[in-house]
Amino acid sequence: MVKEKEQQQKQPMPPLGKWIPAVALGWLIPGGGHFLLKRNGRGALLLASITSMFLCGLMMQGAMFQPQNGDLLTTLINTGGFIGDCCTGILYLLSVCFGYSQVDIAGHVHDYGTKFLVTAGLLNVLAMVDAYEIAAGRKE
Amino acid sequence: MPKMNLSHFEAAFLFSLFASVVMGVVTKRNDRDRLHYGLYTFGCFLLALFGLGWLMYLGHG
Repeated sequence: MVKEKEQQQKQPMPPLGKWIPAVALGWLIPGGGHFLLKRNGRGALLLASITSMFLCGLMMQGAMFQPQNGDLLTTLINTGGFIGDCCTGILYLLSVCFGYSQVDIAGHVHDYGTKFLVTAGLLNVLAMVDAYEIAAGRKE
Repeated sequence: MPKMNLSHFEAAFLFSLFASVVMGVVTKRNDRDRLHYGLYTFGCFLLALFGLGWLMYLGHG
């Protein structure tokens, strides 16, 4: 077990050309990296889940984060939230292009909506990491 | 864009469902383990949802 972990840690970085396309497509289209690597079933599940979560967030009128400077906590929450939003790729770009702009208002539905939007991005990061591992040959 | 107006439970249930599917898909190395892990994660989410719900209900008095 320990040897396996040590071997995994010692694995050299795979060449960029091998994993960059899968990770980049995975960022742009949730599950896209898996489609590129011929993991269609898993790609479809990722696409459906992440897109549904993002659309639910929009329909709940969740707010999109914008980077803000202020005290440490404000900076951390807003910058982290912004990065999370951006990680949904084309979903975020389209919603911004079509002028989605929702101010942060009180109410549990809007609050859940905001969390749904950010979490969709964070789940897409997990999908991108998985696509990287598959492209690098560390996983089937 | 149509609007959704969900209760706390419905929103948390949907959140659990989507998150469990993704976590199941990306973690394990074969389909059987992925299915098991997804169901396990979903069960944990629901357990936490009901547990915290009751805790808040009882704590509120």
